Amino acid sequence: MSDLMNVSSNPHIRSKVTTGMIMYCVIIALMPATVFGVYNFGIYSLALVAVTVVSAIVTELVFELIFKKKITIGDGSAVVTGLLLALNLPPKAPLWIGIIGAVFAIFVVKMLFGGLGQNFMNPALGARCFLLISFPAIMTNFETGIEAYSGATPLARLNAGEAVNVLDMVLGRTSGTIGETSVIAIVIGACLLILLGIIDLKIPGMYIVSFAIFIGLFGGHGFNGYYIAAELAAGGLMLGAFFMATDYVTRPITLKGQLLYGVLLGILTGAFRVFGSGEGVSYAIIIGNLCVPLIEKITVPKAFGEGGERI
Amino acid sequence: MSKFTFTGGIHPFDGKSLSKDKPIVDILPKDELVYPLSQHIGAPAKAVVAVGETVKRGQMIAEAGGFVSAPIYASVSGTVTGIAPHRIVTGDMVESIIIKNDHEYIEVEYDPADPDELSKEEIIARIQKGGVVGMGGAGFPTHVKLSPKKPETIDYVIANCAECEPYLTSDYRRMVEEPEKLVEGLKIILRLFDNARGILAVEDNKPDVIDKLKKLTKDESRILVKALKTKYPQGSERQLIYATTKRAINSSMLPADAGCVVDNVDTIVAIYNAVKNGIPLMERIVTITGDCIKNPVNFRVHIGQSYRELIEEAGGFRTQPAKIVSGGPMMGFALFDLDVPTTKTASACLCLSEDEVSEAKSTNCINCGKCLEVCPGRVMPRKLMDLAVKGDLEGFEKLGGMECCECGCCSYICPAKRQLTQSIKSARKIVLANRRKAK
Ligand code: SF4
Ligand code: SF4
Repeated sequence: MSDLMNVSSNPHIRSKVTTGMIMYCVIIALMPATVFGVYNFGIYSLALVAVTVVSAIVTELVFELIFKKKITIGDGSAVVTGLLLALNLPPKAPLWIGIIGAVFAIFVVKMLFGGLGQNFMNPALGARCFLLISFPAIMTNFETGIEAYSGATPLARLNAGEAVNVLDMVLGRTSGTIGETSVIAIVIGACLLILLGIIDLKIPGMYIVSFAIFIGLFGGHGFNGYYIAAELAAGGLMLGAFFMATDYVTRPITLKGQLLYGVLLGILTGAFRVFGSGEGVSYAIIIGNLCVPLIEKITVPKAFGEGGERI
Repeated sequence: MSKFTFTGGIHPFDGKSLSKDKPIVDILPKDELVYPLSQHIGAPAKAVVAVGETVKRGQMIAEAGGFVSAPIYASVSGTVTGIAPHRIVTGDMVESIIIKNDHEYIEVEYDPADPDELSKEEIIARIQKGGVVGMGGAGFPTHVKLSPKKPETIDYVIANCAECEPYLTSDYRRMVEEPEKLVEGLKIILRLFDNARGILAVEDNKPDVIDKLKKLTKDESRILVKALKTKYPQGSERQLIYATTKRAINSSMLPADAGCVVDNVDTIVAIYNAVKNGIPLMERIVTITGDCIKNPVNFRVHIGQSYRELIEEAGGFRTQPAKIVSGGPMMGFALFDLDVPTTKTASACLCLSEDEVSEAKSTNCINCGKCLEVCPGRVMPRKLMDLAVKGDLEGFEKLGGMECCECGCCSYICPAKRQLTQSIKSARKIVLANRRKAK
């Protein structure tokens, strides 16, 4: 009898939700932004997305084959990384940019640190910053050949003091990276993740609110609703707040820590936008990632009944 | 309805519908019954019968081995055929008395009493003599629990009627069929604590029970019924105290430190039987269930019957189970062997097939934070597991590892299927053992 029976420890039932299911939900949630980007910028951007995603999967597979590790490409996390990276690329970037970015994201940022869950920096963002530094001209070229969606991004125009149309930005009728332009598409996906309980509003909410306050205080336009809305809708802020700041692996695990992290990202992004030049989301989140161990250390939760009093 | 609850917790598939509507069935034991001398927390009982001796049902066969201990009674009449180590549910070998059933059920004379006439000391003495222990799983001798240092500071006696473990329905059936005994038992406990009120704490997935208990207690000024939110582990002692009184105690405190005494349904009924009828603890309700059991059912078993007998009485297996568990699926023990006896703390026998047992392999932690969210101990299971695996017991204690109640919520929810509860449990065991050694 004994060898027939499984005598592992309690609990003897497990929830049906697995890592893979969570990753696939994130992929589905990124679809509105992806589809919208492809629809706007044309079929070439679809090829760029596909190449980047496939490169990410292949890199992980090759790494695991070379180092004789368990094959983990089935868990969907490489797809998420590839997709997020692709959504952060200019629509007409050459395909090799996607390949280099994906290899860097998976090989250097993720696998060298031990694979899923061990990396301290969001792989897609790490790769984007690497590309921005290495190939600045390509990464900031938003010419697409389609007139409405070409040329200077709303963020660049904002920084230059030009007028922008917030409605167009919310709908996504502007230039920008493949996945960042439409606030609506991003928010639809984010709502799905929130409804499924995969992410919650702690980080994105704190991020957006503290960013808005920062812009109000230091943006030079006071608490001007239209200007703040434009700043919020501009650049990668929405995509970053909902899909990258919420990355499980690289955000603090404690509840209070998450609130703090959101505020930190808001302030950093605001500072990059106001005092730096242009986009600050990627750098802000990466700096935030680096602060996570510290944040977790100062926000250890209080155990149930800790310091309880006897009567 | 106002909801009483705690922070954290999970909502697993509850599986109660399998056996919820099956009335309690009395079953008679087969030829051999086994009584482990250690089926409670504290010193093992000491055998007071010899091999070859004939015993009656209700006769004490082992006396308490100290103050924190409890006597054991024969649940059948027959002959003692052995006193030897026998395997029990945890897999350990424990010294046990073996009795051959003569199927006559000749009983000793009991000595009933009117609880209202008894003094507090007499009530406690009768509970102690009756061998009553916490029947929810821990098996702590009840007379010890009911003798706190300052009885006058106890202001709540909480009847744990939550039965929050999935699949279990024994307490539910008891409350549907014999709620009077529960209420009478609670009244007996209240006799011990002059300043206390009684709370019947029931999860709100049992509205019929709540109605019934409310009706039964409408003239009892000292007893109230509280509906708790249905959530696991609502019936865990510390969570239950918090849900009903908003008092939070930590792992090194006793309920009495917060002015509370908690007992579960079966224990309170056993108290009633011992005090009122003078009948010692010899029987209990056990749920036999799971997707592999042909006829899921609730049995009134004679303590000492083997699990194999119970499964046979329930019609055997429908399909071959992958795992057989004594107790609930969240905190029960997986059985090595079916030839182990039921004891005072056996609440259920659960036979689960492969897909319910979830054989999934552990993968890397993705830091999703779900384990923190559900942990009723409000600790960080993911970090505790890392420390436990590394063997850093100091760090483990510092991060509140000892506040874990081993409820299993973290392992249940983890999408990476990591063995959180298991590793935290092992580390706690080592810490406790070290503490004992240091003393
Ligand atoms: S750490 Fe302990 S108390 Fe917390 S969920 Fe896990 S088993 Fe339950
Ligand atoms: S639930 Fe599992 S995967 Fe999520 S943080 Fe906890 S241990 Fe890691």
